[in-house]
Amino acid sequence: MQSFRFGFDHLPAEAEQVRQDVRAFLQAEREAGLFVPHRCSWSTFDPAFSRRAAAAGFVGVTLPKAYGGQERSSLVRFVVTEEMLAAGAPCGAHWIADRQSAPQILRHGTEYAKNLIVPRICAGECYFGIGMSEPDSGSDLAAVRTRATRTEGGFVLNGSKIWTTNAHRADYLIALVRTGDAGPDRHGGLTQFIIDMSAPGIVVRPIYDLSGHHEFNEVFFTDHLVPDALMVGEEGQGWDLVTQELAFERSGPDRFMSDYRLLVELVDRIGQEPDRQQAVETGRLVAHMAALMNMSASVAALLGRNEMPNVEAALVKDVGTAFERDIPEVARRLMPVESSLDAQDDPFAETLADVMLRAPSFTLRGGTREILRSVTARGLGLR
Amino acid sequence: MLDIHTAPAASEEDDFAAILLEQTDRLLAHHVTPAALKAADEGAFPLAAWAAVSEAGLPLALVPEEAGGAGLSAVTAGQIIRRSAYHALPAPLAETLIAQALWTRAGGAAVDGIVTLATGTGLALSSTAQGAVLSGTLASVPWGAHASFILLIAHDGDGSAHLVLLPHADRPVRTRRNVANEPRDSLTLENVHVDADSLRPLPAALADADGLMMFGAFIRAQQMVGAMERSLDLALTYANERKQFGKPIGRFQAVQHMLAEAAGQCAAAGAAAQLAASAWGGAHFPFAVAVAKARCGEAAGKVAEICHQVHGAMGFTHEHPLHFFTRRLWAWRDEFGREAHWQERIGRAVCGQGGDALWPMLVALRPSGAQD
Repeated sequence: MQSFRFGFDHLPAEAEQVRQDVRAFLQAEREAGLFVPHRCSWSTFDPAFSRRAAAAGFVGVTLPKAYGGQERSSLVRFVVTEEMLAAGAPCGAHWIADRQSAPQILRHGTEYAKNLIVPRICAGECYFGIGMSEPDSGSDLAAVRTRATRTEGGFVLNGSKIWTTNAHRADYLIALVRTGDAGPDRHGGLTQFIIDMSAPGIVVRPIYDLSGHHEFNEVFFTDHLVPDALMVGEEGQGWDLVTQELAFERSGPDRFMSDYRLLVELVDRIGQEPDRQQAVETGRLVAHMAALMNMSASVAALLGRNEMPNVEAALVKDVGTAFERDIPEVARRLMPVESSLDAQDDPFAETLADVMLRAPSFTLRGGTREILRSVTARGLGLR
Repeated sequence: MLDIHTAPAASEEDDFAAILLEQTDRLLAHHVTPAALKAADEGAFPLAAWAAVSEAGLPLALVPEEAGGAGLSAVTAGQIIRRSAYHALPAPLAETLIAQALWTRAGGAAVDGIVTLATGTGLALSSTAQGAVLSGTLASVPWGAHASFILLIAHDGDGSAHLVLLPHADRPVRTRRNVANEPRDSLTLENVHVDADSLRPLPAALADADGLMMFGAFIRAQQMVGAMERSLDLALTYANERKQFGKPIGRFQAVQHMLAEAAGQCAAAGAAAQLAASAWGGAHFPFAVAVAKARCGEAAGKVAEICHQVHGAMGFTHEHPLHFFTRRLWAWRDEFGREAHWQERIGRAVCGQGGDALWPMLVALRPSGAQD
């Protein structure tokens, strides 16, 4: 019998107390005009916001106090992140570092790397990118060709990464790099390194996405030197490590709340007296969201117990991003508004335009829908 | 308000529930065989299976201990209902379990036998010299003709609502079968005498506009999760066994992706149904049931479609057991309010309060640790 571990019990009382603190913090930010909800998301890069959030204790929530963190449970962090997303807070600067890089360094990094980096992540002043994809290695992650060769005290890197979100403004990447032979299962010979973006031998070239934003980059390494102290885990362990990192990347509320603000704007635009179609279709979206909130909390609980919910995380992202893709379609069906990115007086039209132009990426980034379904199929005992 | 408790010693209940569910599974696997399902399909009531689940105490799972029940939580009761549907138990265990819980919580005494719950129109109580009499019509009552008791809501002349546990009697019944051949009976009641033991003031939890329909929807949502899990299990087994082009069809990516999509739908439905079980007895129960029935109903259609597609022509035959589960999914998603009914209810509540109120509503729906 197939069985996935979605048996969510309940959020701890501590998490609900923190929820009130985050709400108060976000409300003050909003009232001070420090962010405009409908124009922001988890990909909005705002270092000043990240530093204020960190000062208030909302970055590095699960990380040890010894490294500047709050040392609270993964469910407390879960509540912090979902409140940020619901409020439309601009949490993009610290997002990747807080979500996956810091936990990865803590688990598998050297003491040097932990001391150098984690306290700055907790302070909201150190940002990360993800160095997984390459021009010839997208969904097929095992095909990475960027190579690291042994040298005195470290490795020399040559090759390139692509679709590297925030590479032009991140302090570090965690990159998956070839250090040896792939072996029969193709998963061997890979190693994760922390790449210091300020070190020599790195060139970053911008890639503008179809909405005109610059988040993505191509990153070129030419004889870039990585010291041993910035290796993550053991040499050759990269595949297992990247799989663990992806569980953090795929299961959070950011995988079904990327365009939550559009749902909020839609409800407001419909008004208090919906017609039947408006009520039915809005109700359908809300039912989907409620289920996803429960699924995602279950995975957060599993992550907190180190249970490696790789398949459950893939399921959350698959179902969650399908929901995200659905919201703009429902919105335009219910409200005859022509979307526009500069409809300054009309937040609904503006949000709709922004979401439509970002939506194709929802089911691509962090693992395409097709890759996720293959992960799930393996978990179901197929192949 | 209904105050059916979630058991205080959660960890102890978890252990107990795990054992109970395993035993329930074994018992159902033993009694609900393909032959038993075929006989039920042709109209026979599964007497042996019913005797076994009764002896195991399952109909009283959600009745408090002081009222003679097992006093389990609604989450565990929901799991029992899911297991019964995983085996397609062709008998109203879920209806009896929920009706007994509602009746005992309203102050009534637990009863023996099958208890079902009914919604209807024009159900009126009037006082006569001989006592209260009940009139009206009951529509699509699950196993209405088999039931020893029917739980219903009726209004008296003052407009006050009462919970009525109507004992079985020889009455004209129009039996209609749903697409899974489960009996759904319509009864007309004309001045039926109701004695005082069979009447209770309506508890606040049942005063909702959807009344008993809400509890019927709760049942069907849990059942749909169980039947979806079974349909998916059958499809997975088939995909690994059936060979075409020299290899199991489960090796083809097109088939794998269909099954992964079905697994996602099952997981979402399970999460939604669990929200409803966790909300049992609380202020958010109506909203949680609406979410559960809407989400499970939508998932049921997709999962049934995919599981049939994977089974090919074999799953379209009467010989293969898949239809025992998919026909139930198609029936159950329509009963006690189809998706649109509950979606509309959610949508009106959400729009009525505006966009900023949505997030707190969603957060409140998910169980949190007030009990920590």
